[in-house]
Amino acid sequence: MSTSTAPLVTLQGVTKRYAAITALDQVDLTIRAGEAVCLAGENGSGKSTLIKVLVGVEQPSEGRVLFDGVAQARITPTAATQAGVQVIFQDFSLFPNLSVWENIAMTAERATGTRLVHRARARARAREVLDRVGVALDLNARVETLPVAHKQLVAICRALASDARLIIMDEPTTALTEREVARLLDLIRRLKADGVAVLFVSHKLAEVLEVCEHVVVLRNGAKVAEGDASEFDAASLTRAMTGRDVAETPPAPLDAAAAPLLSVDHLGKNGVFNDVSFTLHVGEVLGVAGLLGSGRTSLAKALFGLAKPDQGRVMLDGVDVPLGDPIAASGRGIGYVPEDRLTEGLFLEQSIARNIAVGRFDDHASGGILNLRALWAEAADWLGRLSVKAPDPQAPVRSLSGGNQQRVVLARWMARQPRVLILNGPSVGVDVGSKAEIHGIIADLAARGLGVIVISDDLPELLGTCHRILVMKAGVITDEVEGGAGVSEEDLSHRLAS
Amino acid sequence: MSWLKTPEGRLAVIAVAVFVLMAALNPDRFLSPQNLTSMAFQFPEFAILALAVAVAMLTGGIDLSVVGTANLAAVIAATIMATFAGDGAGIGIVVAASAVALVVGLVAGLFNGVLVATFGLPPILATLGTGLIYTGFALVITGGPAVLGLPPAAAWIGNSTILGIPTPLIVFALLAAGIGWLMMRTAFGLKTRMFGANPLAARYAAMDTGRVLLKVYALCGTLSAIAGLIVMSRANSAKADYGSSYLLLAVLIAVLGGVNPYGGYGRIIGVVLAVLSMQFLSSGLNLMGVTNFAREMIWGALLIAVMLINTLASRRTS
Repeated sequence: MSTSTAPLVTLQGVTKRYAAITALDQVDLTIRAGEAVCLAGENGSGKSTLIKVLVGVEQPSEGRVLFDGVAQARITPTAATQAGVQVIFQDFSLFPNLSVWENIAMTAERATGTRLVHRARARARAREVLDRVGVALDLNARVETLPVAHKQLVAICRALASDARLIIMDEPTTALTEREVARLLDLIRRLKADGVAVLFVSHKLAEVLEVCEHVVVLRNGAKVAEGDASEFDAASLTRAMTGRDVAETPPAPLDAAAAPLLSVDHLGKNGVFNDVSFTLHVGEVLGVAGLLGSGRTSLAKALFGLAKPDQGRVMLDGVDVPLGDPIAASGRGIGYVPEDRLTEGLFLEQSIARNIAVGRFDDHASGGILNLRALWAEAADWLGRLSVKAPDPQAPVRSLSGGNQQRVVLARWMARQPRVLILNGPSVGVDVGSKAEIHGIIADLAARGLGVIVISDDLPELLGTCHRILVMKAGVITDEVEGGAGVSEEDLSHRLAS
Repeated sequence: MSWLKTPEGRLAVIAVAVFVLMAALNPDRFLSPQNLTSMAFQFPEFAILALAVAVAMLTGGIDLSVVGTANLAAVIAATIMATFAGDGAGIGIVVAASAVALVVGLVAGLFNGVLVATFGLPPILATLGTGLIYTGFALVITGGPAVLGLPPAAAWIGNSTILGIPTPLIVFALLAAGIGWLMMRTAFGLKTRMFGANPLAARYAAMDTGRVLLKVYALCGTLSAIAGLIVMSRANSAKADYGSSYLLLAVLIAVLGGVNPYGGYGRIIGVVLAVLSMQFLSSGLNLMGVTNFAREMIWGALLIAVMLINTLASRRTS
């Protein structure tokens, strides 16, 4: 589309410092029209800061940003939009209560400066964009009723409606099935042919490598590797991102005579999951694999009492666990580490120590009065045992990295000496190094005789940590496979998505 | 000087500054023993209501029924006293009626708690409604006019001094210290603050959130009843609509005192300092002959100013 030969976007020696922290360190980056670039890096490597600089939310401390070869004195969000830079965040930032056409066309309509909504023109604009990318979506459907992959399409169309020339996609594949990823890649190919550039930003990029020309890897704010996409594969990307090889060690074999611990018998909740039965043994790590919306999280919540099933029973040591009562479930020794650490797991502004101690207040109180010394000593002890890197246990838990935050939630439950621990997405948003350590903690828990249930869409993680894996589809357990080396990732992925 | 960066540190500075300013503007009268004593008798009643609002606010909720509860408890106590008092001092009937008032406050608070904890109603609307119900009950009992004819012993809690210190001030000091201790040192207090910080995470951490909320609102109701008894004692009567300006004042003091209206953070010392600032300000303005209307406007301006300062300060640190 652009007739100029200058690259769409150029970063030259961009550095961003926040007080003492250098978030970006002398980063160079060039993106040309019609090109797809992969920006890889772990959490905290500076990817988000780079996006913020590109769209004008943050100003670089040093270095220059050029749009179409023209150096920008100060990038504002408006200037970035005019240059055609659009970001699609992981949550898409759509208006769930509005229709597809409103979501696609409103931003662009607003930019025309008219004060009244011209419905027919807006609908036509939305229709035109949908035709351009070649997808069929009901213009009148409310966005909240759409599946994740379609919401992503709406977000892409919205960017195109605003004349996007560079679309930055933040973690684009985490919520998609294999087939949806393949469809996304087709769409990206069409966009590239149309002259639109794409910047993929993710810590899980192997799946988009095939449509990319160029790969840039960030670590600790600095560019540590760069090259043609053909030079990289999943293993070399991981090595570049972490600076070392991370190999999954398969779980220690389960004692064949291990006693049953938790048995779930024909558990069902209308419209969510159905007829779920399984037995978890002492010392066993049981995986539940399923795509978003397969009912895996609902099942986990039901086991912990956060949702009430309408049929079936859950028994611990052969005794019924009251359903729909988290206090009773935790009293019996069931713990749950939720999927969304920031909203469900942590008290972000509260101290690290309190976040660990929150389940132990009653046990360290006599007549309601707390023995604070014992409470904090116990929290400090767990910080040490899980090697949480926290300089000050009284600092807010918000100040910790994702991996350390996850260990705080784990410590909270481990302090309660549970019998069964349910981990939903134990390594979501955790860097590769911490992930291996969390897998080590899971193995250790099982070795100490706990039953662990791991729910994850990270198949290598399930294969590397679990003795058995249940495959869940549309609320029903459809398959059961051996963990470890019992089955290949491709095989498991096929069983999930077919 | 890191304490200066906390909301409480700034409030301490403000309290002293207001005191000095008012003393400088009214050099003879502000520091006079009469004025100091009168201030010490005036503020405990709304300060106790502010404690109640602050405790509810720690959970991320609010209790707008504090004045309604206070008046209902006072009207019931006063009606019992006026009906059964004989010719003597009436110490027995005053104690018994006060006990009934506390129970009324507790029950009113528990009802709020059930609405909020069990049925999940938004606290601001639930307590707005119950506040009107409680005021309505008090109106039905009295038929409108104030309940008069209290026995002499009823005057004690609001008007006497102990070792030269006004009794209402002692009651407030004990309650403030007690609640500060409750919030810092008991399982209930820590749970209250953790719940306020993130109710969803509290539920996922298997906290007995329903019981925590019930206790919080029961505590608010009981505190309101104590404030109601002090108002009754000072006015030597009880009426369904006494202290109607106290609700806004109590909310204002809680926010001014650094309690986060979204829950999770707040210290009782902050509430105490906010109470003192407000009393110094209002008393000083009163001595200068500023009308009540202007005084309320100044309260509002002060509230907005302190919230702006706190917001800007937290934005800078994060």
